[in-house]
Amino acid sequence: MPNVTVDGIPIAVPDGATVLQACELAGKEIPRFCYHERLSIAGNCRMCLVEVKPGPPKPQASCALPATEGQEIRTDTPMVKHAREGVMEFLLINHPLDCPICDQGGECDLQDQSIAYGRGHSRYDANKRAVTEKYMGPIVKTVMTRCIQCTRCIRFAEEVAGVEDIGALYRGEDMQITTYLEHAIQSELAGNVVDLCPVGALTSKPYAFEARPWELKKTLAIDVMDGVGSNIRLDSRGRQVLRVLPRINEDVNEEWAHDKTRHHVDGLVRRRLDKPFVRQGGKLVAASWDEAFAAIAKVARSAKGSVAAIAGDQVDCETMFAAKSLVKALGSDMLEGRQTGLAYDVSNLGAVNFNSTIAGVEDADAILLIGSNLRWEAPLINTRVRKAIKRGARVFGIGPEVDLTYAVEWFGNDASLIAKLPKAATDAFKDAKRPMVIVGGGALKLDGVQGAAMGLIKTLKLVSEGWNGFNVVHTSASRMGGLMLGFAQTGGIADIVAAKPRLAFFLGADEVDYSGFEGSFKVYIGHHGDAGAHAADVVLPGASYAEKHGTWVNTEGRVQYSDKAVFAPGDAREDWSILRALADACGVDVGFDSFDGLRAAMITAVPALGREGLAGYDFSAPKLDAKAQMKLGGEIAYPIADFYLTNAICRASPTMQRCSSEILHGDEMLEAAE
Amino acid sequence: MLADKDRIFTNLYGFQPFGLDAARKRGDWDDTKALMARGQDAVIEDIKASGLRGRGGAGFPTGLKWSFMPKEPVKDRNGNPRPNFLVINADESEPGSCKDREIIRHDPHKLIEGALIAGFAMRARAAYIYIRGEYIFEAKVLQQAIDEAYAAGLIGKNASKSGYDFDVFMHRGAGAYICGEETAMLESLEGKKGQPRLKPPFPAGAGLYGCPTTVNNVESIAVVPTILRRGPAWFAGFGREKNQGTKLFQISGHVEKPCVVEEEMGIPFRDLIEKHCGGIRGGWDNLLAVIPGGSSVPLVPAHEIIDAPMDFDGLSALKSGLGTAAVIVMDKSTDIVRAISRLSYFYKHESCGQCTPCREGTGWMWRVMERLRTGDAEISEIDMLLQVTKQVEGHTICALGDAAAWPIQGLIRHFRPEIERRIEAHSGAMMEAAE
Repeated sequence: MPNVTVDGIPIAVPDGATVLQACELAGKEIPRFCYHERLSIAGNCRMCLVEVKPGPPKPQASCALPATEGQEIRTDTPMVKHAREGVMEFLLINHPLDCPICDQGGECDLQDQSIAYGRGHSRYDANKRAVTEKYMGPIVKTVMTRCIQCTRCIRFAEEVAGVEDIGALYRGEDMQITTYLEHAIQSELAGNVVDLCPVGALTSKPYAFEARPWELKKTLAIDVMDGVGSNIRLDSRGRQVLRVLPRINEDVNEEWAHDKTRHHVDGLVRRRLDKPFVRQGGKLVAASWDEAFAAIAKVARSAKGSVAAIAGDQVDCETMFAAKSLVKALGSDMLEGRQTGLAYDVSNLGAVNFNSTIAGVEDADAILLIGSNLRWEAPLINTRVRKAIKRGARVFGIGPEVDLTYAVEWFGNDASLIAKLPKAATDAFKDAKRPMVIVGGGALKLDGVQGAAMGLIKTLKLVSEGWNGFNVVHTSASRMGGLMLGFAQTGGIADIVAAKPRLAFFLGADEVDYSGFEGSFKVYIGHHGDAGAHAADVVLPGASYAEKHGTWVNTEGRVQYSDKAVFAPGDAREDWSILRALADACGVDVGFDSFDGLRAAMITAVPALGREGLAGYDFSAPKLDAKAQMKLGGEIAYPIADFYLTNAICRASPTMQRCSSEILHGDEMLEAAE
Repeated sequence: MLADKDRIFTNLYGFQPFGLDAARKRGDWDDTKALMARGQDAVIEDIKASGLRGRGGAGFPTGLKWSFMPKEPVKDRNGNPRPNFLVINADESEPGSCKDREIIRHDPHKLIEGALIAGFAMRARAAYIYIRGEYIFEAKVLQQAIDEAYAAGLIGKNASKSGYDFDVFMHRGAGAYICGEETAMLESLEGKKGQPRLKPPFPAGAGLYGCPTTVNNVESIAVVPTILRRGPAWFAGFGREKNQGTKLFQISGHVEKPCVVEEEMGIPFRDLIEKHCGGIRGGWDNLLAVIPGGSSVPLVPAHEIIDAPMDFDGLSALKSGLGTAAVIVMDKSTDIVRAISRLSYFYKHESCGQCTPCREGTGWMWRVMERLRTGDAEISEIDMLLQVTKQVEGHTICALGDAAAWPIQGLIRHFRPEIERRIEAHSGAMMEAAE
């Protein structure tokens, strides 16, 4: 703990801290453009200059200078003031004065810092530099004349996203940031460079000229695009969410968000269900709520308890609990959330949880991926694996070879490899202090894989004092919450199909194979006109995650709460109120009359949902049917075929469709054009 | 005047072949094993005692620099030892500077032997010679000399039968001035864009591929074998305290016979020109100014330089510097503002673009200089330009910002009346034309 003084204030700083960090600890603001906590230090903007004694009699870049014992740091001397003014002047001489038409206006570091640290006038009267536009894909809009060459985007692409797609060409004042051949950035994290850019050089293409930051209402929410549960902020104006930005949560998403999280929002206003529909003569016909309820109630009365509910991937716990209450009141307990047919054993929730926690991935020193394309299933866990590798971890994989942006030693894609791991892996795990296995949905689909993976707990010594390296990664935001609420049958959705329910509720479930439910009266409660609505007999328009308060549990069992940003469109209602009204129509009692009452009942039933943070499941490997293990084998296939089109909201979003066709199918498009 | 017997570079003018046989006749590779047998620390002590200061421009004591290298191999994260490296800077791109070219062209074995001994002293595994891309012929000569040395067993496994394994590699640059900066050179060697690194960490801690590295100039390394053979006291006997030894001076510009010559440090400017260059073109009264150390040091007007000693301290007393001892002489026919403006263009062209003051400042300074050249400016802009140079100087990652600022500062310090005269003449002409 070196002791330093900052402007005369004595302070002890942690070992390895920089002078800039020391100044921040002392409460002094240091202006900066290139420095970013999560990227390597570049030291090239020269805005963070301070005076340090002992040292040369010139200002020092505080971001790159280690704090050492006895340093006297001054941030308030004339030398520092002049240095900042000088750098600011240099940055501005070639920066266009186009703030009124710049999307960064109002949240621009250059604007803010030029007011705080600049001179207020310019002495440069030559022509400003102009730089040709660069193409960076469907997410990132470029106005490179505004670029101040801080290289944050280059460092992010290289270090965090793991794609060397952005770089600098030429030198001196001709230096330009580009994607070299001007193709789209081949990364699902590209949108983060927009946040990182301190000026308006890289801005969001879908959000271009939509709004000014001060017009927006900010709502804290949880992302539902995957199972990670990224903390996000919904920026809305009127009845529309205009953009999504990540919030900082060191345990979950740090401060990143992937492109699906950021840019699905235009899907929230397209293909929406805004009034009830009832199928008449084979066609869905718009109806009133009363007509729709009457049609359902008629079936419910004759169903005699043959009722089921299937939850989709983006359903909050409250909705699921309300549906569970209704199904129970109608005399059934047929609930399932794993709509694609997964049927792994859930007798112990710890055994299907991401036990090491997401942040814990960084500590692992040997990682085995079993049937998990992390880059698409959980991009923000993938970045953690990259960090672990930087600290010396080795990564092995069983499954089809994919580019995860880091080196993986692939063994093949036959599930039987789990039971007889190659020597390279067993040797590496023998020496590992924090071994880790990440099992994905692609593998759990196969017979015996769960049992075989559980077997690794013992053979690879995954669990030790203070460490549990057995991880299952889920792709659905509702999964862990659903499992806590009992949305699981022993045989998965196949059990429900076999039971042939008279009445089936589908809560935003669009990935279900509806051919198994031909004999059922299907009620779809959801927000988008996707596969579920097409198959349904009655469609009830619900609210998307942005239009309701909700509780979410991410893949590591972290309970998080999300707020309502806007109202649902048209006649659509919040899902819990639909289910509550439906209970009245069917003449049963579900035991709550308000959202608060619902939440209280849910917490009474599952107390863990009432505490924000890790649910903390007991961990013990369940005893599995030995017969299934005998059948271990078969080719592993990843569950996600197209990263940008995994759910109904994305499929309705023009931006996501553009990303899919350009980034994932760009080669095919080029071929077709020829 | 330096006696012929005291010259280190005895084939500077290429009267003899550069090859190994001729080099051996000149005394190179003479029992190199014995020099190495003195031990690593003894070699470093001898170099320290000789007072050799780096010949690349900054003048940092060479022996001291070597002593920063770790004596025991540094372990990496997995406990494997990391090698030390010697990198030799042959990326001679400073306008006016051409000494390394002559060494490599005519006496490459001095450099290779020096590389072996210096590398041995700093416990280096290999030396990388980073040669300027434009030196095509020199690169061929150097590679040939390296091949000869390998074939004769002088370097490589059991180099010169000393029991020490040492490799020498030549790497050609791609023509960027900034790659002559030591950390930019390391980046370039690693295959990256040539941009200086932040210091600390210094190369002696984490240099090439993260391993301890020392970067030395060609001349600093090439003089090492001779210093060891003739003894540090011999070398220290030349020049003044803290400015000892002999040095290659490269005199270009308005002298009768421009040349590269080895001379004693601290030789007065007048002697240097009279004895080796046949005097100033048009006589001493015709001398306008001198840039004594390559384009990046401030110029010195005639009356100050004539009797000044040509060494590090003597020239820094004149607010200039010895630099690489590339003496650019300008007589009164020179358009001095244009000359400096051309240098400003050079720095604008060669700035790597990494850090703000240099990237933006060099272009700005050049544009103002161009207007000062024709006088199309305001008097107040001279002070503004001076202020801009101060805003660049000392605020950058590497010394290129300083190098771009100093020539302009020197010009304004000594030739402000000339600049003002041009501005007045120009505005007078404009007035006349308007009437």
